[in-house]
Amino acid sequence: MSLAASAYFRSLLSRFFRREDVAEEMEQELQAHIALRADDLERGGIPRGEAERRARIEFGARERYKEECHQATGGSRFEGLIKDVRYALRMLRKSPGFTLIAIGTLALGIGANAIVFSLLNALVLRPVNVPHGEQIYQIEQGRDRAPSQSYLDYIDLRDRNKSFDGLAAYEIDKVGLDIDGTPTQAFFFEASGNYFDVLGVKPYLGRFFHAEDEHGFNSAPYIVLSYATWQTRFHSDANIAGRVVRVNKFAYTVLGVAPEGFRGTELFFAPEFWAPMVDDEQLNGFNTLKARSNRGKWIVGRLRPGVTQAQAVADLNSVGAYLSKTYPSDDDGASFSLTKPGLVGDMLGAPVRAFVAGLMLLSGLILLAACANLGSLFSARAADRWREVALRLALGSTRGRILRQLLTEAVLVSLGGAAAGFAGSIVLLRWLSAWQPIPDIPINVPVNPDARTYGVAVLLALMSGVLFGIVPVRQVMRAHPYQAIKTGNNITAGVRRITLRDILLALQIAVCAVLVTASLVAVRGMVRSLHSSLGFNPSNAVQVNTDVDMGGYKPEQRAAMQRRLLDAVATIPGVSAAGYADRVPLNIGWSDSSVYSDSTTDFKPSNVAADANAYRVSPGYFEAAETALRAGRAITWNDTKDSPAVAVINQEFARKLFRSERNALGGHFKMWGQRFLVVGVVEDGKYRTLSEDPQPAVFVSIVQSPSSDTWLIVRSNRGTDELGPALERTLNGMNTGLPFIISTWDRELGTALFAARAASLALGVLGFLGAMLAVTGIFGLGAYTVSRRLRELGIRMALGAGKTQVLRAALGRVVRLLVVGSASGLLLGLAATRLLSFIVYQASPRDPIVLAGVVLTMMLLGLLAAWIPAMRALGADPVMLLREE
Amino acid sequence: MGEQAQILPGTLDLLILKAVSLGPLHGYGILLRIGQISGAALEIEQGALYPALFRLVRQGLLKAKWGTSENNRKAKFYELTASGRKRLREEEDGWNRLAAAMTAALSARPEEI
Repeated sequence: MSLAASAYFRSLLSRFFRREDVAEEMEQELQAHIALRADDLERGGIPRGEAERRARIEFGARERYKEECHQATGGSRFEGLIKDVRYALRMLRKSPGFTLIAIGTLALGIGANAIVFSLLNALVLRPVNVPHGEQIYQIEQGRDRAPSQSYLDYIDLRDRNKSFDGLAAYEIDKVGLDIDGTPTQAFFFEASGNYFDVLGVKPYLGRFFHAEDEHGFNSAPYIVLSYATWQTRFHSDANIAGRVVRVNKFAYTVLGVAPEGFRGTELFFAPEFWAPMVDDEQLNGFNTLKARSNRGKWIVGRLRPGVTQAQAVADLNSVGAYLSKTYPSDDDGASFSLTKPGLVGDMLGAPVRAFVAGLMLLSGLILLAACANLGSLFSARAADRWREVALRLALGSTRGRILRQLLTEAVLVSLGGAAAGFAGSIVLLRWLSAWQPIPDIPINVPVNPDARTYGVAVLLALMSGVLFGIVPVRQVMRAHPYQAIKTGNNITAGVRRITLRDILLALQIAVCAVLVTASLVAVRGMVRSLHSSLGFNPSNAVQVNTDVDMGGYKPEQRAAMQRRLLDAVATIPGVSAAGYADRVPLNIGWSDSSVYSDSTTDFKPSNVAADANAYRVSPGYFEAAETALRAGRAITWNDTKDSPAVAVINQEFARKLFRSERNALGGHFKMWGQRFLVVGVVEDGKYRTLSEDPQPAVFVSIVQSPSSDTWLIVRSNRGTDELGPALERTLNGMNTGLPFIISTWDRELGTALFAARAASLALGVLGFLGAMLAVTGIFGLGAYTVSRRLRELGIRMALGAGKTQVLRAALGRVVRLLVVGSASGLLLGLAATRLLSFIVYQASPRDPIVLAGVVLTMMLLGLLAAWIPAMRALGADPVMLLREE
Repeated sequence: MGEQAQILPGTLDLLILKAVSLGPLHGYGILLRIGQISGAALEIEQGALYPALFRLVRQGLLKAKWGTSENNRKAKFYELTASGRKRLREEEDGWNRLAAAMTAALSARPEEI
């Protein structure tokens, strides 16, 4: 049996490849037959020409017999398929408009899905790019699911757990990197010594640093370059290992280069190099490794084979119980949980995953709408080909054969659409992967498609092909050759009934209305967030970012250095205000500071009164940032190291700790183990993201609480174009040896707006796609209805029908479908906007402008799509039409 | 479709096997041979022969090779395989039994019952 089967398949295969030979041989044999017969007839006295003619006639229907011979040899399936494909291509070529619209529609649908799936693949499905990346987990705080841990807790976790083959800690930081005499800012990972060994990565060149290289603080002056940095900054120098560079003025030795595909353990962030965490003091300016309360390290670990996630969490929590008991002031109630690495734990991970899932859902809807659209197109086409179908049935073709034919056409169209859509999406994805949304910071999203993406695209294409291909099945099944030939044009009886096409169109319009609603909500949220009060004014202000430690200055020289910079920029003509701070609001990265009420003596986590965004600012900062002072005074140069520590708080802080702004002035609170006196209250603003709820914020004196991080805010009344170069000249003329990054505050703000902008862009594009599909769908059905009923419309006009009546007859049905579809889509869309509220600023579903916008948009789309069919209906000339048939 | 409908299903295959069993033949020769041995009583539309030939080749009852006809034309010659010969014997027996039974049945007279 199996032998026979394999022989059968071999013969199939050989026939498939030698198809032409087989046909050729068959043809020769039949020719020989006719020749032999003609010879006989000629011998009977008939002239040669006549003999050949008669032989051919006697032979019978040669093509039919040839077909039967093919079937008899068993090659019929493959050849049938090839014939179907050929026939389908011929039919599609005969109606290029239809084919183009169908392929275009699908290209949009499948392209959108390929892009969104690539995002999903890159951000959610694909593990970190290390050997056995699926074993790598990130450890989070159990309480608030924050990824940040202290170094000392990390050491305890690393040494006391029994579930991991090593835990590694890392942190994003930046330094002044000096390769050839001029220091520039570089972003990198501070990593624990075992980092590369835990991840199992092997160096491309030289060697990595290991746990054995660590001998206490500042003991391991080594760096490992990323492949990209090695290429761009070190010109792919093959002898790089052993070269000495200056990092914040300290001599560090380049040990080696990481492999090309390895960009660390965060998906968005591509570090330029890795340096041992024990050198924190040199890299960071001060040692953050000594205090258990100083949380900022992220931990990943490789789970031991055979250990479940739950077991590992239980194990970590037993370490947590130990920490909580031993260090109650810092680790009270410590507990841990695990999450996928790559997106700063759940901090970015949760919203990103939710958003990508939401996008996937919406793009799935797009494809569904596209399929509904094509389904109705194909069914209209099948109806128009009624006569052809009936004729083929009459000539002995089977219904199965005709269905297979229609399905082949559908799948061909869907494959064509997939190819076009995928080509487009690859271009977009390449661009997206190379896109660096935030200036000066090596952040990007590598979303290049891989084999999985290709597979999904093909699968989607086949599925959608079958999905819209089966729509006309019922029509073909009902087809009866006799009826078709008799009436010529059928289904005039079905005009009043609700058909499958109507349902499909209504469904499609509903889906499109959902998309339009979602994108309008997003755009509206975006606009609103731009108009909401930021608590500062970014226009006409320039930021200068530097870190005075990068110049190798001693901690006690910081304040003087910063003051020198401030005094220098204040003398630039046109500068109206200048100040500096250790951080600015709405920049990337933030940190919470625990605030306690004045009466607190036990500083354990459960006694925290508020988590506030803390800024160390210089006198003049509020004027430079144009943050309005609502009560009290700002920070002055009279607030020195010897005077009481003062703080300016925002309204939300005042409400949280003192219940009102009035009570706040003169009040005290505790933070960083210090007691602060409230001297002023400023307006609320945005600190982390635009979509955040009001947050408490506190501004303390940078003179009293020094920091090396320096963001100079310089406001000018002469415009930023002139100010930028002037700042560059002034600052570089000072020969401080510091790297400066100068840019306008508006530009820097792009960082904060990034997430919202990207989300709005994505939703906007999807909404646009949805709108396009609605237009083609309505246009398709409208045009089809009008062309089918053109004669009837002409007769109506001949009998004296007015324009309104003609239009109502022609397009009334389409308009009713539009209204029903839009209304249900709008309701669904409003329900779905709740999902958007986590990323879109104040996404309110009951916004009258959004409601009106959706209704207006759908009406406009309907008008646009129905315009041409309506014109055609009105232009129906009764005389011409009657003469036509 | 008129003429083929007259031939009992399966009889064409039997006729072809019988014709070929008397010596290798090309397609046209098979037709002539069938006409000759049936006394020209059975006529087959010429083209209809070929699907049957291809089917028999595929079933392994016939084998074919190219050769030259008596008047020097290139033609494909068919001959029986071993299993073709066996099948012919079985079909002949079957047919004879059927024919005998039919003849007996049709020649029955009232007094014999």
